[in-house]
Amino acid sequence: MKNQLYQQTVLKHNRDPRNYGVIEDCSHHAEGFNPLCGDEVKVYMQVEDDLVKAIQFTGKGCAVSQASASIMTTALIGKSLDEAMAQFDEFMKMASGEKQDPQGEIAAFAGISQFPSRVKCAVLSWQTFNAALKAVDNTISTE
Amino acid sequence: MLDIEKIRADFPILERQVHKKTLAYLDNGATTLKPNQVVGEIEKHYKEECSNIHRGIHWLSERATEAYEASREKVQKLINAESTDNIVFTSGTTAGINLVVQSYGRSELNAGDEVIISAMEHHSNIVPWQMLREEKGIVIKVVPVLEDGSLDMESFYNLISEKTKFISIMYVSNVLGTINPMQEICDKANELGVPVLVDAAQAIAHMPVDVQKLNCTFMVFSAHKMYGPTGVGVLYGKAEYLEKMPPVNGGGDMILSVSFDKTVYNVAPYKFEAGTPNIAGVIGLGAAVDYLQSFNWQEVEAREEELIAYAHEKLEKIPGLKIIGTAKNKSGAVSFTMKDIHPHDIGTIVDRSGVAIRTGHHCAQPLMESFGIVATARASFAIYNTKEEVDQLAKALEKVQEIFA
Ligand SMILES: Cc1ncc(COP(=O)(O)O)c(C=O)c1O
Repeated sequence: MKNQLYQQTVLKHNRDPRNYGVIEDCSHHAEGFNPLCGDEVKVYMQVEDDLVKAIQFTGKGCAVSQASASIMTTALIGKSLDEAMAQFDEFMKMASGEKQDPQGEIAAFAGISQFPSRVKCAVLSWQTFNAALKAVDNTISTE
Repeated sequence: MLDIEKIRADFPILERQVHKKTLAYLDNGATTLKPNQVVGEIEKHYKEECSNIHRGIHWLSERATEAYEASREKVQKLINAESTDNIVFTSGTTAGINLVVQSYGRSELNAGDEVIISAMEHHSNIVPWQMLREEKGIVIKVVPVLEDGSLDMESFYNLISEKTKFISIMYVSNVLGTINPMQEICDKANELGVPVLVDAAQAIAHMPVDVQKLNCTFMVFSAHKMYGPTGVGVLYGKAEYLEKMPPVNGGGDMILSVSFDKTVYNVAPYKFEAGTPNIAGVIGLGAAVDYLQSFNWQEVEAREEELIAYAHEKLEKIPGLKIIGTAKNKSGAVSFTMKDIHPHDIGTIVDRSGVAIRTGHHCAQPLMESFGIVATARASFAIYNTKEEVDQLAKALEKVQEIFA
């Protein structure tokens, strides 16, 4: 069901987010805002030996943004930085509607490009992750 | 009696399917749909009378100028202005407020002078004043909103002092639907001898508006919220103010004579209409006024009141749904929240049932803050809406509940 946005996976992660909370003294951190919805996602990462040792988030906003953040943390934890960046690229391509075969729970957003006004909710956490990793701009906005 | 079937036939877009469902357009507060009568006049201008105005002496230009100025007369009659000279065409409500702030505000208000606005204002009646505050050091005083969404008039009176130099308040709230006691506010402003601006964006298509009876100094509204085209609006101003106010934009049409030593400005309203205006848009606005005037106001008001009452009744039955804005006098809009379901999720799900509503902060973030929320979902009504469409919304909201159960 490609045009279904509110699937069980999304609803479950929204109701009961994984890896929720602050990591004190983490190596990487960034905050993302989506002014349209008022969504907010803060990403905390501990990177060691080019591995995402730990990743957590806090935030508030619509179900799409919060579920996407939760699913992202489960997808990235334990990954090498190269693998994590590949995941990021894959998610962004999926969000823009380029054909992709997403693996795992990320597939819940496979149809997101059919909801153009909600794409930025779904990509917010990923862009925030990217900003944290690159540490270029620690506050990002989807507008 | 309003013939709703006939009215709906004027808006062919209502027959559209959205996501394979019949469209229920309940986002009229954002912009209303446009009837054939309006679209037809705009098309006629481009196809048959396209020309610039006020500068040609050829036949086409005369026709276009005539149609453009005829719209000014129609607007004058709609709001019962003293003369067509009181009617300035702008690009919309936002432009009208900015014009008043940049012209009157910049030239007449000084550091320490107080401007009274309200907590329910649209950003367009907040930010221009903040820009003036940056520049001139004026003070912005905000009338709070009571729990039911009505203005706290006691605070309004308490905020007034000898420093009050301007009052700028909306007639009808785009979020809460509250009809503010505009006559009372204008009476007070006149008693103080300070100018008062009425943002009538959400009033103009829903109730008769009389600027002389209100005795307001300025009134602003947008054509696109009254069945007219986007990109056009009206600023009404009292003659003694418009005459003294400096123009904001300089250019063609706003002058009587130009030399490098001295330029003589045209009179109001032309001195505020520099450059080639939105000619087709203004002509479309004239057609929209004709369209509105073809109905009986009492019937329009009764019809929309009935729809709002029905929406309240239906929505209140949905468990967990809370209506934001329950003032006694309401028009146009019903805002609501559903427990901790984010309004954007509500908006997306009902959209898939063909229902168009607005979700978000509605350009009124300070108002959201005073209710302790970040956003609402809002259904807003126009003359063509039906109870069936309210039912379609209610059904779609039940689906939202199921999904998030
Ligand atoms: C009460 C009110 N004021 C001002 C505006 C701004 O109107 P416009 O965007 O047409 O300039 C709106 C539009 O949403 C409104 O509802």
